Amino acid sequence: MNEQSLWSIFVNAALVNNFVLAYFLGICPFLGVSAKIATATRMGGAVMFVMLVSSMCAYAIHHVLIAIGVPFLELIAFIAVIASTVQLVEMFIKKISPVLFRALGIFLPLITTNCAILGLALFQTNKGYGFLQAIVYALGAGIGFTLALVLMAGIREKLELATMPDVVTSTASAIIVAGILSLTFMGFAGLGA
Amino acid sequence: MTARNRQPVMATDEFIKGLWRENPVFVQVLGMCPVLAVSNTALNALAMGLATTFVMLMSNLLVSTLRNFIPKQVRIATYILIIATFVTIVDYAIEAISLDLHKSLGAFISLIVVNCLILGRAEAFASKNRVGHAVLDALGMGIGFTLALLCLGGVREVLGDGALFGVALFPDAFEPWIVMILPSGGFFTLAGWLLVINFIKQRKEANAAGAQEITG
Repeated sequence: MNEQSLWSIFVNAALVNNFVLAYFLGICPFLGVSAKIATATRMGGAVMFVMLVSSMCAYAIHHVLIAIGVPFLELIAFIAVIASTVQLVEMFIKKISPVLFRALGIFLPLITTNCAILGLALFQTNKGYGFLQAIVYALGAGIGFTLALVLMAGIREKLELATMPDVVTSTASAIIVAGILSLTFMGFAGLGA
Repeated sequence: MTARNRQPVMATDEFIKGLWRENPVFVQVLGMCPVLAVSNTALNALAMGLATTFVMLMSNLLVSTLRNFIPKQVRIATYILIIATFVTIVDYAIEAISLDLHKSLGAFISLIVVNCLILGRAEAFASKNRVGHAVLDALGMGIGFTLALLCLGGVREVLGDGALFGVALFPDAFEPWIVMILPSGGFFTLAGWLLVINFIKQRKEANAAGAQEITG
């Protein structure tokens, strides 16, 4: 069992080892949905929810698979659970808020292949977090993802107005901005140790 | 893409398109997470590229073979399960071959499952084409992906560590650019390559347009 304090786990996941900017997890939605602040915030919310649920499930699955002695099925079980959680969230959002459902569009089902979520499940298992620690870790990772996404969207909204040389396409400029953001997040190193 | 698949295409073309014209990293910008995360040294990049190629090859092969038996409604889930099986095999194989390599790649081997490139090829290509073409497509895309990873890993290792594949290239006085090894270096290198490729493409287009004006 890992003895890290809850606060340090949270700060580490959200700022110091930010999932997007330090571990490069979830780059696809990071580049794809970060054009507008409003969509970025909602996407962050959906990802955070899926992270929380799948983190709890992953904790349970890990212990069940160890108990029945088939640890090699872990990866397959994780991905199956994440896919069904995303399906659940999709139906839930469609029922509760059709407007939000349309705004997220194709990126909602694509959360299934968001590596940040599978990465979270794998990391928490590798680190041997307890149940409460796993939940805090998922919360921190979700907030860190949302923070990075919203910051990026804010910068890109301003960048729309700038004139740039022909060679710099929107993907290339977004990646350069991501690099600079990643540099600034390095300033958090040592926090919450 | 889909429209072109309907016509008979040269088999070699399926292979070659992945290398440059539809390069998964530089043109389609797919599968970015492993590209950025494990390209800090050339060796890691090569290992990751080969592992991804193997998984893509096997999953394309299986998806294409089973394409008439998989029900439409659950096809994505089936593809993911097929991919996850081969990733588990690769994960255990790398652990058996080199423990050091397994440690330095870490969770990113398991994360090949969610590489959108592999699922993308299964859905967009293997599920609609014959086995031979699907295999060639996977090989081409896989090698294109590996080359792109090597381009990034090579630049990052040379600048950040002053070495290539662990062999020192510069005299001791060389001051390594630590930033290239750090996460932000990954972003900057990728952006740099994208700019270079855009530049080449635009110059080619401008040349072609110029040639057309002269002949027309």
